[in-house]
Amino acid sequence: MTALIAALLIGALLGFVLWALSAPFRGRGSAVQPGDSDVRRALESAKGSKYSEIRDNETDYRTGKLSDEDYRALDRQLRAEAVEILRAIDELDTSNPAPSD
Amino acid sequence: MAFAGRVALVLALAVCAYGITAALYGGRKGRRDWVDSGRRSVYCLAAILTVAMVILEIAFIRNDFSYNTVANTSSTTTPLLYRAAAMWSSQEGSLLLWVWLLSVWASVATFITRNRLRDIVPYATSVLLGFGAFFTTLLVFFDSPFAQTHPAPVQGAGLDPLLRNPSMLIHPPMLYSGYTFFTIPFAFAVGALVVRRVDADWIRVTRRFALASWLFLGIGIVLGARWSYYELGWGGYWGWDPVENAALMPWLISTAFLHSVMIQEKRGMLKIWNASLVLAASTLAIVGTFLVRSGVLNSIHAFGASTLGIPFVALIAAMTGGSIYLVVSRREVLRSEHALDSLFSREAAFLLNNVVLVGLCFVVFWGTFFPLISKAVTGTSAAVGPPWFDRYTVPLALILVLLSGIGPAIAWRRATLANARRNFRLPLAAAALMVVAAYTVVPISSSIGVVALFSAAAFVCASVSQEFWRGWRARRATSNDSPPVALASMVRRNRRRYGGYIVHIGIAVLFVGVAASSTFQHEQTLSLRVGQSTRVGAYTMKYMRATGSVVTDPNHTGATMTLGAVLRVTRGGHYVGTLRPGAGYYPAAQIVPGLVVASLISGDAVDQIGLQSSWRRDLWAAIKPLGATLPANGTQLPEERLVNLADGTISPKLPATQQLQTAFVELGLIVAHYVKFPPAASFTLIASPLVMWIWIGGLIVFLGGLTAIWPAPSALRSRLRARYLARVAQELGRA
Repeated sequence: MTALIAALLIGALLGFVLWALSAPFRGRGSAVQPGDSDVRRALESAKGSKYSEIRDNETDYRTGKLSDEDYRALDRQLRAEAVEILRAIDELDTSNPAPSD
Repeated sequence: MAFAGRVALVLALAVCAYGITAALYGGRKGRRDWVDSGRRSVYCLAAILTVAMVILEIAFIRNDFSYNTVANTSSTTTPLLYRAAAMWSSQEGSLLLWVWLLSVWASVATFITRNRLRDIVPYATSVLLGFGAFFTTLLVFFDSPFAQTHPAPVQGAGLDPLLRNPSMLIHPPMLYSGYTFFTIPFAFAVGALVVRRVDADWIRVTRRFALASWLFLGIGIVLGARWSYYELGWGGYWGWDPVENAALMPWLISTAFLHSVMIQEKRGMLKIWNASLVLAASTLAIVGTFLVRSGVLNSIHAFGASTLGIPFVALIAAMTGGSIYLVVSRREVLRSEHALDSLFSREAAFLLNNVVLVGLCFVVFWGTFFPLISKAVTGTSAAVGPPWFDRYTVPLALILVLLSGIGPAIAWRRATLANARRNFRLPLAAAALMVVAAYTVVPISSSIGVVALFSAAAFVCASVSQEFWRGWRARRATSNDSPPVALASMVRRNRRRYGGYIVHIGIAVLFVGVAASSTFQHEQTLSLRVGQSTRVGAYTMKYMRATGSVVTDPNHTGATMTLGAVLRVTRGGHYVGTLRPGAGYYPAAQIVPGLVVASLISGDAVDQIGLQSSWRRDLWAAIKPLGATLPANGTQLPEERLVNLADGTISPKLPATQQLQTAFVELGLIVAHYVKFPPAASFTLIASPLVMWIWIGGLIVFLGGLTAIWPAPSALRSRLRARYLARVAQELGRA
């Protein structure tokens, strides 16, 4: 009985592995690696970082770690950097529109 | 079923080999289908190893002693809970646990990144499967958990009694999770360096895994310390043992990484430093795994000498050499995008914190490997002890605690002196107050270091509390939230920042416990008879009576016999509490005919400490019941004369079960004799202040880590909620 269970288990494992890994041999799945989505991801990621930096700057100001003058100067600089990132994202969209899902 | 287990391991190795090839081919040729197939190999590896784990676990639970692993580390007398965890007390079982955890976390990581970092993922997948291949190779060719002996022995050797402690049920899985979690940032760092894409994106994706590694390693280290305190009978929680140090080193480096990575995310700086920290932390995790398994250094936690040393050295060499090559060859793309704006900024504080943490790690590394270094240089192995470690780590730890109070109080990029004066006024006042308060309680001469640490801890707590207060006040000013909701919402909106602050408080509290308990501890080791007493610090401990039990082990660890003592503790004549230390005796691996009684108690003897713990101090006691001699097998047996007499009364001609029954009755008589006529017993008695704060500090660190790691509500859900709130407001406006 144990031997039968062991044989069934091995068979099931083998079947699962073959089914899961054989897609390229069966010609299933997308064969081409999409191109520029990672550039977009990187820009989105940079945007997220910049926004978080702007929020942190604001928290630092509200919790008394920055003077009015320093806060305004930094905020202006960070927002300008964020605008640059947004511009790069827009340029990417214009040159290569994102596929609709 | 062992055969199925062996086939599963071979299949796992084949899947790793295929997955590495498929992912690399897919990555090089830009073929998504092959990259996906490589990713699915990781899922398959997890599924296969889960089956292998289940097969082995069932063997442990069913007491299937045909498995060598089960026979060597479990027995029918081992309680079920400990049998279920006995797998990771063996070399091969723990290797299986290691690679299984790796496969599970790698599956999570590759699933999360299935549509992200497409150029990096193939190489990261290959590295993760490379680790999988290494460990499954060890399991297939060097140390199989499914090796069998036929016919199976009727009884196993039993789980080492030292490991029969609740902490040990979860300590190894926590440590291994810590080690294996860090392979994910390592793999993605390697992938990012290979394709020369070193922006912060891969860091954002894998940061949570680094944090999980740090958190799990931290929990593992604290649980290990608790186990040492409760189980090892020396009254300490940290002995600078090589295996303890092995877990501490990657934890220190990952702490440094978690701080410096924020600078890369925000400013694009420290890319070389961060890449080096990730690669070093993961390499150190493997060094830790190597130390436990190779037998190169003596440790109470190690598995002893084995043949696994050489493969591990090869892996460590490959990781170190590969890491150095990647960082050096990619130094151009790793250049910082910005420079440090000011030396008086949070970035600068983080940098200093990194230097201190790496310095600490270097000290620990040097001290740990000193026996090997000295042997290589002088031909004689010499070890350094705790005083050497303390000399270098205490000042560095003090600076670290101070920095964890300074960091939160200064701004990113630049801070002005005027703001600093305002922000540090309260923390400095708290630190000064603590100095005064401490010197009214403790003698000045012996405690400059500890008062400095108390003062630094007060500085941290005040600094972080001030941050919470100001953040909460700012939140209240911009919202209509009630005070508790405002606090919760403030933390929820910036979990990483406030989770980190909570961790800082936890670390300060933990260090206070360590400093106080190690500096002001009173310890006595002496022999006492019933009725005698001794002073331990301000406490008087009196040996009231002896205790004993057979089979009914009060700690449920499966001890055959327990001998102990009842100690009454008073202070200034007032009753404080009762301590009940004991010693548990466990059966030998084999019941020897003619020596059945002796066999039942001649396995290991383990301390069962008596403890009374409170927030102010711990009273700790261990006992070695004397009246014992050392027989040939080296185990200390109480009442050996009586044991020999008892064995003489049991006829070898009786059936085995009857011999056992009689032996237990005889053991009962021996215990009764011990309780009635107790000999002098050897005691170790300790009164130690603030030990509980070490565990409380650990708990606070855990809560802070959990706060920081908890995922933020998804942007989609937030947007939906905002839309609904707007609609409600609109509808209400119409009504």
